[in-house]
Amino acid sequence: MGINYIDLDLFNPIQNISASRKQADIISTVEFNYSGDLLATGDKGGRVVIFQREQENKSRPHSRGEYNVYSTFQSHEPEFDYLKSLEIEEKINKIRWLPQQNAAHFLLSTNDKTIKLWKISERDKRAEGYNLKDEDGRLRDPFRITALRVPILKPMDLMVEASPRRIFANAHTYHINSISVNSDHETYLSADDLRINLWHLEITDRSFNIVDIKPANMEELTEVITAAEFHPHQCNVFVYSSSKGTIRLCDMRSSALCDRHSKFFEEPEDPSSRSFFSEIISSISDVKFSHSGRYMMSRDYLSVKVWDLNMESRPLETHQVHEYLRSKLCSLYENDCIFDKFECCWNGSDSAIMTGSYNNFFRMFDRDTRRDVTLEASRESSKPRASLKPRKVCTGGKRKKDEISVDSLDFNKKILHTAWHPADSVIAVAATNNLYIFQGKIN
Amino acid sequence: MFTRGLKRKCVGHEEDMEGALAGLKTVSSYSLQRQSLLDMSLVKLQLCHMLVEPNLCRSVLIANTVRQIQEEMTQDGTWRSVTPQEAGRAPLDRLVSTEILCRSAWEQEGARPAPGLGDGHVQGPVSDLCPVTSAQAPRHPQSGIWELDSPREDRGGFHKSLDQIFETLETKNPGCMEELFSDVDSPYYDLDTVLTGMVGGARPGPCEGLEGLAPATPGPSSSCKSDLGELDHVVEILVET
Repeated sequence: MGINYIDLDLFNPIQNISASRKQADIISTVEFNYSGDLLATGDKGGRVVIFQREQENKSRPHSRGEYNVYSTFQSHEPEFDYLKSLEIEEKINKIRWLPQQNAAHFLLSTNDKTIKLWKISERDKRAEGYNLKDEDGRLRDPFRITALRVPILKPMDLMVEASPRRIFANAHTYHINSISVNSDHETYLSADDLRINLWHLEITDRSFNIVDIKPANMEELTEVITAAEFHPHQCNVFVYSSSKGTIRLCDMRSSALCDRHSKFFEEPEDPSSRSFFSEIISSISDVKFSHSGRYMMSRDYLSVKVWDLNMESRPLETHQVHEYLRSKLCSLYENDCIFDKFECCWNGSDSAIMTGSYNNFFRMFDRDTRRDVTLEASRESSKPRASLKPRKVCTGGKRKKDEISVDSLDFNKKILHTAWHPADSVIAVAATNNLYIFQGKIN
Repeated sequence: MFTRGLKRKCVGHEEDMEGALAGLKTVSSYSLQRQSLLDMSLVKLQLCHMLVEPNLCRSVLIANTVRQIQEEMTQDGTWRSVTPQEAGRAPLDRLVSTEILCRSAWEQEGARPAPGLGDGHVQGPVSDLCPVTSAQAPRHPQSGIWELDSPREDRGGFHKSLDQIFETLETKNPGCMEELFSDVDSPYYDLDTVLTGMVGGARPGPCEGLEGLAPATPGPSSSCKSDLGELDHVVEILVET
């Protein structure tokens, strides 16, 4: 994909796109499209904002790679479930792009209950010279029309329109946590806490249930689905992760209801580190296949694990994200931070992975060199075109200069959502209601 | 608790006493912390957001934690009706190192039955705890493990355990609910909002079942089965919204 080596130390901020500080602007999902030219963000207020990468322009060399707002639209509105007397939040949980097939762009966006397919299209021409209506749209009196003319197309300022093409509703009793487009580009899956459904993109009134882990007696419920994803190349294979730290790989060819997995990935627990919080911190918050399809990555509370699909017994690699939090689990349980769901992502060549942490820190791991770095997404530390300085958290007694102690970390500043450009060394990091875009130097 | 009957140390035996005291404190500190964790977990389960459906994953994880604690306490034989405890709260913006609970169970197995542990095992919160408690023993028989930095003041913590809450639910009319919790002025937990919403009865919310919970529980009995039944009820309420 064009990247040979990424110097993790040299990420330069190219942009800090911040929204106003309203609650509703908290970014809840970030996703590049297949080419990387478009970057979509969803927020707590149900809005989707799409950014487009500037084309390389010789007259403005510095603006190459900058992302500007391309389209903004309200995807979901708050709803009220009258039967349960509960609100349904409009917060966008996930956005997934469809591969581009024509001039228009398509994406799926979902809140807790409803998935929508949006078409984003450009309009840069308009027709003038209609026979039946005036230039300002008023209908002309037919008796006054004495001659016919052919309308002509004239250029206009670029207008980007978003229109909902499909609404996939009423298929989920529980909260949707994942959507994933299949490699066949015709179907996609949606997963909630207890069920996974398979949809056809053209059909909204029907979906197939492919996984159901709801127990007959809800009192016996001890495990929920936390994430699900289709394999990038094999359209019959998908995985789903659970709150008990397990990942199941399923093959849709084996049966209609994939309650029995084909492969079961779980790392045996280390009995010496067992505590009351062991299960909670083993809960997997995100699972992502590598671009190659050979590996997958899972994120639990303290670490990221890379798995080889051919080895179920244990992960290939384990990367510690913030092991210094292990002694603070009680407090993190009390303030609910232990339930934060961090996402993770691969770079285009699968040689590096990235995930977020607290205090606006995010971590990147180079799988080849085994190096890792902690960077901060904040206004103070991101001067344009200056490299980001690696950060370090001090765990022991003596705090070195520039280190930050664990007790000084701000647990309200969490980076849950990050995205990596599919080909280039560009990353997008969402820090509450600010979006940061960083560019790395490529050797 | 154990500090009440403790006599003044005489100079010669100070070191031995400290060792034994530290060991005892390790043992009961673990129990105290475990109880605090249980109380906290039950409160978390109870606090459903009235407006939006509660997060099922979080509820399931908390319920599993509660089950784990109850199983361990049942094995210990320490599962009994709880006495009023002050489950103090750590300040939200500061993390207190809670090493004891986060230490592995294996270490704790070693720590629990043997009161005569040396100072080597006692570190962090417990060693800080010792001088404070013994000095203030007459006034504050129990120090919350959570607040170590600030002196033990009245923080408006929960003065009633959850078992007593459920008992009260059973014996009093719903109208008394607000009075019951009027002394709890903790905005963090915001129980008042939850419970007044429950009692109002006009809008059935996810916590409505807790009203139904009361008659089913036979009060703070020492039978662990009924308490486990309580848990099942709570889980049932959570998941069947």
